[in-house]
Amino acid sequence: MNFDFSDDQRLLQDAVRTMLAETSTSQAVREVLEGRASHAEAVWHNLIEMGAAAAAIPEQYGGAGLGYLALCLVAEEAGRHLAAVPLASSFYLAAEAIQRAGSEAQKQHWLPKIASGEVVATAALGSRERYRPAAPLAFDGQTLTGASPALVDGGIAGLAVLRVGDDLVLVELAGTGVSRNPLPSLDPTRPLAELRFDRTPAERLAGANGAAVASRVLDGAAVLLAFEQVGGATCILEATRDYSLERKAFGRQIGSFQAMKHKMAEIYTAIELARVHAYYGAWALSSDAPELPKAAAAARVAATRAYTVAAEEGIELHGGIGFTWEMDCHLHYRRARHLGQIIGSEHAWRARLADELIKEAA
Amino acid sequence: MDFRDTPEEAAFRAEVRAWLEANGQKRTRPDEVFGEGLDDAAKLAAAKAWQAKKAAAGYAAITWPKAAGGRGGTAMQQVIYQQEEAAYLVPGMIFEVSIGMGLPTVMTWAAPELKARFLRPGLAGEEIWCQLFSEPGAGSDTGGVRTRAVRDGDDWIINGQKVWTSGAHFCDYGILLTRSDWDKPKQEGLTMFIVDMKAPGVEVRPIHQMSGDAEFNEVFFTDVRIPDSYRLGPECGGWKVMLSTLMQERLSVGGNLPTDLHAHLIALAQQCAWDERPAIEDDRVRARIADAYLQQKGVELVIARGLTAISKGKAPGPEMAITKLVAAKAMQDIAAFAIELAGPEGLLGFEALGGDWRYMQRLWLGAPGARIAGGTDEILKNVIAERVLGLPGEIRSDRKVPFRDLESA
Repeated sequence: MNFDFSDDQRLLQDAVRTMLAETSTSQAVREVLEGRASHAEAVWHNLIEMGAAAAAIPEQYGGAGLGYLALCLVAEEAGRHLAAVPLASSFYLAAEAIQRAGSEAQKQHWLPKIASGEVVATAALGSRERYRPAAPLAFDGQTLTGASPALVDGGIAGLAVLRVGDDLVLVELAGTGVSRNPLPSLDPTRPLAELRFDRTPAERLAGANGAAVASRVLDGAAVLLAFEQVGGATCILEATRDYSLERKAFGRQIGSFQAMKHKMAEIYTAIELARVHAYYGAWALSSDAPELPKAAAAARVAATRAYTVAAEEGIELHGGIGFTWEMDCHLHYRRARHLGQIIGSEHAWRARLADELIKEAA
Repeated sequence: MDFRDTPEEAAFRAEVRAWLEANGQKRTRPDEVFGEGLDDAAKLAAAKAWQAKKAAAGYAAITWPKAAGGRGGTAMQQVIYQQEEAAYLVPGMIFEVSIGMGLPTVMTWAAPELKARFLRPGLAGEEIWCQLFSEPGAGSDTGGVRTRAVRDGDDWIINGQKVWTSGAHFCDYGILLTRSDWDKPKQEGLTMFIVDMKAPGVEVRPIHQMSGDAEFNEVFFTDVRIPDSYRLGPECGGWKVMLSTLMQERLSVGGNLPTDLHAHLIALAQQCAWDERPAIEDDRVRARIADAYLQQKGVELVIARGLTAISKGKAPGPEMAITKLVAAKAMQDIAAFAIELAGPEGLLGFEALGGDWRYMQRLWLGAPGARIAGGTDEILKNVIAERVLGLPGEIRSDRKVPFRDLESA
C-alpha cells in the first residue's frame, strides 16, 4: 500500500511552492483583480520555465514528461497561492484535448507552443447547465462563424478548442474574423471573454468522437481542479487558524472558543476527505484506470464542497475584518466559486457520480 | 502511488488467506456475527477454541515480541491479517481488549512472574480480559474516576462502580483504574491494578442498550481485596499507565465504515417507489447515493493514507481521528435515509418488511452508540482542533485543585 506521491514529485511541489510564495503574492494577484494586468506574468513565466505547467505533456511534444501525478501537485500549489494564470485553460483543458484528439501534425504543431508558453490556449468543451440559449456557433469543416460561450483567459488566448455539436474545433485566434469581448467576472483574477467569429479559419481535431474526448478531458480537469481547490481550501483554513490565534476577544484568543475550534475541525475534515478523493482521482488519471469517471466526479464534488465551506466560513470566522477588500478572504471566496463552477457545478457532477455508481451496481 | 502490496506483504497475505480458508468460516451476510444461534456458553467455548487455534498458528498477537509469545511481526502484517479476517466469522470483540489493551499493559508494567503467569493463557484465549476505566461520573473525562483504593497491609481494598465494560460477565481479569489519593489533583491520585473478576465483592450487571442488545456492563466493587503485587506501575502513577494502555491503539487507524453501504442503498432504492416511479430514478435519491459513496469511500481512502504510513514503518498521526468522526455520523445518516426510502412502511421492523432491511435497521439503532464510544464527536473535534490544527486547549478549572475539593468530586 503506497497511497502517496513519490519523493521526486514532492520535490517538484516544494520548488513550485517556494517559487509561488515569492511571486504569486497577494499584491500580484490583486494586479489582476483590479484590472491592471490580464494575468500574473511573472508567475506564468516561472511555471513555464520550471517545466511545471507542462509537466503532463510528453517530452516529444516539448513538455516535461513528468506525468499527471506531478501536474496534480503543481495544481495544488497554484490553488494554494491563488495563481492568476491560464494554467487550467491552457494545460488541463486545451492541451489535453489536443493530446487526446489531435492528429500527429496538430500535436506537433500546437503542443510545443503551449508547453513553451508561446501560445496561451483556452477551451469550451460543453456544459450541462445554462441560463440563456447558447449563441449559435457553426463550423462548416473549414471556417467558424458565431459566438463562443464566456471563455476563461479568452482575452489573451491565441488558440481555442471549442465544442461544436459533436466536433472539437481548433481555432487560431490571431486569424481573420476574430473579435474579443471581455466580460465582467465574479472572480476577476480569472478573467472571462466572449469570442466572436466571422468565417474564421478553423480545423477539426482529428479524434473520432468529440463528445467522448470532451468527457474524458473534463474528467481529468475535474481531478486537477480538485487539487487547486484543496490547495486553496488549505490556505484559507490556515490563514483563519493563524488569525484566530492572534485576535483576542472576551479576554481570550478567539481560537480558544469551542465554537471556533469545532468549526475549524469540520472544515479540516471536509478538506481531508476532498484531499483523499483528489488523490484517488490522481491515481485513476495517471494510471488511466476504468475508475476515472467515478473518481473524478467524487473528487470534484468533495473538493467543491470543501473549498466552498472553507471560503465561506473563513470570512465568517475572521469577523468584520474578513469582509474587507484588503483581506484576502474574498479572493478565496471568489476563486472557490470560480473553480466550483467553471466545468459544471457540484450538482451536475454529483448526478454523474450517482450515474456511475448505479451503473456499476447493475 | 500504488494500492498493491509489496512482494513481502503479498506473500504474508497469501499465507494468511490459505490459513483462514483451511481453518475459518466465511461470512454469508454482511451483518452475520460469530456464533449466531448458539447459547452464551457454547458461543464462548467456540470463541476460545478459535483463539487457541489462532495463537497456535502465530496470528493471535502478530506485533508482540517473540519472547512474550508473539510473532515479532510488523504492524502492516497485523493490518493484513485483520483485512483478511474481516471476511470471516470470528469472535473479534471478545479478545480485542485482552490482546489490544489488558495484556500489553501487563507486559509493560507487571513484574516478571506476573507476566509469566498471565501472558500465555491470555494469548491462547484461556483467560479473557476487560478494561475498567469509565465510571458513571467519568466518561470523556476519565481522570475523574472515584472508585476508591485503600491500602490495607499487603492488600488494597476496592470500593466503587465502573460502567461500559465490554464482556465483564465472562471476563477473568481486568485492568482497573482507581483513586488512591484524594488530596492530589485529579489525574495525579490514580493507581492501576489487575483485578480478578471472580473475586468476592465483584458484581456484574448487564446494561440494556437502546438497540436492545446488552454488550456492556456495570461492574460494582464492594470491599474487593487486591494484593499489592497486582498493582501496575507506581502508586499514583495510574494516569501514565492508562495512557500507555491507550497508546497501544496508536497503530489502529480509527473508525471504519462498511464498504458496501452505497450498494445497499442502491439495492433498496430499486425496491421502493417515489411518486409512482422507482425511487432509484429520483434525483433526490441519486444525490444521497452519491453522498453516501463520498463519505464511505472517503473514510476508506483516509485509512489507506494511514496504512501507507504503517507500511513505511511510521505511526499514523492524530488526523486519523477524522475517520471515526466521519464514519459514525455517515452510518447514522445513510441508515436513516435507507429507512426513509420506504416511506411510512419503513417504520415496520425488518421482521415484518421482509427483504434486506435488517442490516440498515441494525446500523441505525447502533449508530448513536458508535458516535459516542471511543470518543464522542465533540471530543474528536477537540482532538482535531488542538492536536492537528494547533488551537488552544480548553480552559480547565480542575488542574491544580486537590480532587476532594473539586465540586464534581
